[in-house]
Amino acid sequence: MSGIRKTGSRRRIRLGRAGRRRVQTVVMTLSVLMAVASAVVAGSLMASASAPFDTAFAKQHGAQLTAQFDEGRADAARIAATGKLPGVTASSGPYQVAQIDPPGPGGADMQQSETVVGRPAAGGGVDDITLRSGRWATAPGEIVLSADANSVGPDTKPGGTLRISTAAGSPTLTIVGIASSVTDSADGWVVPAEIAALRTSGAATGAQMLYRFSSAATTAQLNADRAAIAAALRKGSMVGAQSYLDVKLAADENTALFVPVMMAFGVLGLLMSVIIIASVVSGAVGAQIRRIGILKAIGLTPGQVVRVYLAQALVPAGVGAVCGVLLGNVLAVPLMGDAAQMYGGGSSAVAWWIDLAVPVAALVLVALAALVPALRAGRLHTVEALAVGRAPRTGRGQRAQRFAARLPLPRAVTLGLAAPFARPVRSAALLAAVVFGTTAATFAIGLTSSASAVTTARHPQQKIAVSVFMGGPDDGSAPAPGGTGGATAGSASADPAQIRAAILARSGTAEVIGQAQGVVSVAGGTGAIRVRLYQGQSGAEAFALISGRWFDGPGEVVVPTHFLDTTGSKVGDTVTLVDGGVQVRVRIVGEDFDPGNAGLTINTDMSTLAAAQPGLHPVFYDVVLKPGTDVAGYVSALRSALPSSGVQVGVNETGHLNPTVVAFDAMSVLLTLMLVSVAGLGVLNSVVLDTRERVHDLGVCKAVGMTPGQTLAQVLTSVAGAGLVGGAVGVPAGLALHDFVIPLVMRTAGSGTPPQVQDVYGLLELVLLGAGGVAIALCGAMLPAGWAAKARTATALRTE
Amino acid sequence: MANVIELEGVVKRYDSAGVPALGPVTLTVAEGEAVAVTGPSGSGKSTLLNLVAGLDRPSEGRVSVGGLQIDGLGEKALARFRRERIGMVFQFFNLLDDLNVLDNILLPAQLAGSPRGKAADRAAELMGVLGIAKHAGAYPGRLSGGERQRVAVARALINRPALLLADEPTGALDTASGHEVRQLLVDLHRSGQTVVLVTHDLALAEACAERTVQLVDGHVAVDRSRNAEVVR
Ligand SMILES: Nc1ncnc2c1ncn2[C@@H]1O[C@H](COP(=O)(O)OP(=O)(O)OP(=O)(O)O)[C@@H](O)[C@H]1O
Ligand SMILES: [Mg+2]
Repeated sequence: MSGIRKTGSRRRIRLGRAGRRRVQTVVMTLSVLMAVASAVVAGSLMASASAPFDTAFAKQHGAQLTAQFDEGRADAARIAATGKLPGVTASSGPYQVAQIDPPGPGGADMQQSETVVGRPAAGGGVDDITLRSGRWATAPGEIVLSADANSVGPDTKPGGTLRISTAAGSPTLTIVGIASSVTDSADGWVVPAEIAALRTSGAATGAQMLYRFSSAATTAQLNADRAAIAAALRKGSMVGAQSYLDVKLAADENTALFVPVMMAFGVLGLLMSVIIIASVVSGAVGAQIRRIGILKAIGLTPGQVVRVYLAQALVPAGVGAVCGVLLGNVLAVPLMGDAAQMYGGGSSAVAWWIDLAVPVAALVLVALAALVPALRAGRLHTVEALAVGRAPRTGRGQRAQRFAARLPLPRAVTLGLAAPFARPVRSAALLAAVVFGTTAATFAIGLTSSASAVTTARHPQQKIAVSVFMGGPDDGSAPAPGGTGGATAGSASADPAQIRAAILARSGTAEVIGQAQGVVSVAGGTGAIRVRLYQGQSGAEAFALISGRWFDGPGEVVVPTHFLDTTGSKVGDTVTLVDGGVQVRVRIVGEDFDPGNAGLTINTDMSTLAAAQPGLHPVFYDVVLKPGTDVAGYVSALRSALPSSGVQVGVNETGHLNPTVVAFDAMSVLLTLMLVSVAGLGVLNSVVLDTRERVHDLGVCKAVGMTPGQTLAQVLTSVAGAGLVGGAVGVPAGLALHDFVIPLVMRTAGSGTPPQVQDVYGLLELVLLGAGGVAIALCGAMLPAGWAAKARTATALRTE
Repeated sequence: MANVIELEGVVKRYDSAGVPALGPVTLTVAEGEAVAVTGPSGSGKSTLLNLVAGLDRPSEGRVSVGGLQIDGLGEKALARFRRERIGMVFQFFNLLDDLNVLDNILLPAQLAGSPRGKAADRAAELMGVLGIAKHAGAYPGRLSGGERQRVAVARALINRPALLLADEPTGALDTASGHEVRQLLVDLHRSGQTVVLVTHDLALAEACAERTVQLVDGHVAVDRSRNAEVVR
């Protein structure tokens, strides 16, 4: 309960009766509670999501740029000199590099080379390598493997060996440690002297150099840094460079998409409680002006008045903040369990600083929101304050009543219709609460729809019911579609064309899409770029397009937004891909929606790379079934029709719910509910204040024969207008906010926005949301309307 | 003559344990009678009036007005009862500030759903009789106390109630305005209106009412008609 202690006395001075303010106190407490809870959830998800990379990057002095140089064009001394260029704050290297082709975890041929760096020590000022087990390589014949390397499986441990068949004499290395580099600068490290023995004869020789810069916050800055280094050396010396932003993007794939959404919820929640607190306190001051006058007349100082009103806001807000932190923690922990999975191992406890910072920030905001009306109360002129309540009302309310009285509607309804005009400020606060609630609901629903559209767009393979994998060991560990597979002719014993024909022969088959994957680079320097190679033009697997079209034949590629940003190209441009030293010119015909981890994966027809890899054939077939085909029956029939070795048939769980989406949807629904409840509370508060102020007038009406039903109708119609207008303003506002935020969110994730993600609202949905404004207003008004209807008339008439 | 008001053993307690604010009181008021209720402050006069008006319910006893027992009625029935049978005038007028004089007077008729034309005619007639026709479009804030009270009386009478209740109708008025209102009540009574009037003002009681009921500590101490006198 608010009130102040008079110095030296035990008596508490109260402004307003406790019961009168119970609802306002509850409203303030709940709104702060909800805002703090959603901010805690949002904040902790954000922290747990972005912290791993950022923390590791800072701790390990991660390289902002990892550049590869051709030793044939620039010698070690010149490369090392680039570390002294202006703008470079730290560097490490150059380290000589070898490409090896080790067997995969199960002993399978991975068809993919790995980068081994000759590095004398794990430290070095930039990109400090963290040992997870074992020790650093100290002698020739020893190798430290990166935990992120494809060749490292769960049972790769120090003490094991690795045979390098690509190097002359097929040397065998002893694994002495497992380590990791935050920016993934190599797949393995050996002592510098070992490199020469690992190199394939005849291949180009390269070196790696690691940099940190004074300005490297954006891709543009990093591109400039990279260009400065390239310009300092002979043309063509730098053959590739990897930006830490790309790595971060990969690490933050889901974070980038979902955290801004969570933040939007938290910010909306806080804004809403600020509006509510400000309107509650100014409402309280407005309603108690006479009381303030009386108290000042009997000797309360302005300072004391200000303190009374601050306390009136801060006490319930404090309670709400504490409960909000508790609730936020309760909600965040299970959600973060999901988040920990989707963010790749975040901690599943809310960080202490969030539990501290969120409530403190909320209370500061509350104090500021309350301070303005509290100061007004403190400055109030005593005589004027005493005169309030005796003065005649404003002309606006009277004119509205005059107009409404002529409408051919029941009198109780017309009284309600005109009521908002008598108290323009209060009505504006009510309107603001409804507008905010509707905006929040519209925005939140749009976000949720967009998020699920993102997931659908990111997983176009969902339509694929059955996949047929070729080659690989027949031990059940076939690669999943979308995973890394070999791009070149492998150990497949079956003939791909035969397999394809066999699948096409099944009656349930609608379409067969042969696929392979490869790694290329772009001439002029990017890191490795993955290529999804399709046999033919597969509409079924097409990713959502942001602009342009899907490829239509060899020589055409569809690339994600991040590829365009990184290479500085646009749809319609021609770029040169480099695959195993062979240059292939391709035209970019479309920009697809493929953000995050796969940020640099491009799509093209398999025959595009025919010049570079003549033997290229599909490593798996995705099968689209005709509608109504029994999957289980189809699969068993297909299994018996295909050769028994070297081929596997897998069923994709198309109906399977993505846990990320489930978790995200749960959060969004929860936060939407919270926001809408807070909006409802804001309306409740406005109507409560309004009803309180009008309790005397309502008493008069009841004394002259207004029934409880008519009273209810009057109070409800007095807010219905605000509900309608609020809905009509709030829905477009929510829509505009959504259309503004979604592209921003997508930009953060390094992607453009496809129409499926942008245009998520249906007309019916919008109309319903608009009606939601009225619903919010009416729900908020129901309780006070009920009181007004039930209130004792005799009591009401006694109130001054 | 039929009784308009019948109170039988009526008790009103505001807190269940304590001394009743009123009663037990047994009292009847006949049709056409004018009764003044007097007594010291806090003696229960307003409480009595509220019970008769159906604004409050008795803790014990029976309240009948115009043959209708109202102590058991629901809120909706009570509201109907008030707008059909009771007209009330208060010390502080209780007009709605944002309605003009005409709309204030019309309000009970409109709430009762009376036809517009009929209500407007009745309002015009009352305003004429009460001498406030020229203020029809004015707002209560602009009127003098006496004028406001006349508006309140017009509002009370718009639905032709069987019973007019007035709680200190001159309490907030200067002497001249008080006289006007007194004369108004006298005229109303002469025209046959049953009136129950609460007042401190013995002159007003004397002028308006042929019967005076004096309350002391919630009990009827004196119930005196102009002719006979009964002391309890
Ligand atoms: N709503 C209420 N709650 C509690 N007590 C009340 C209430 N209304 C009246 N009382 C008490 O009941 C008693 C009678 O009050 P009432 O208002 O009827 O007196 P009154 O005769 O009208 O006085 P006055 O001449 O001052 O108007 C008083 O003691 C008063 O304090
Ligand atoms: Mg009284």
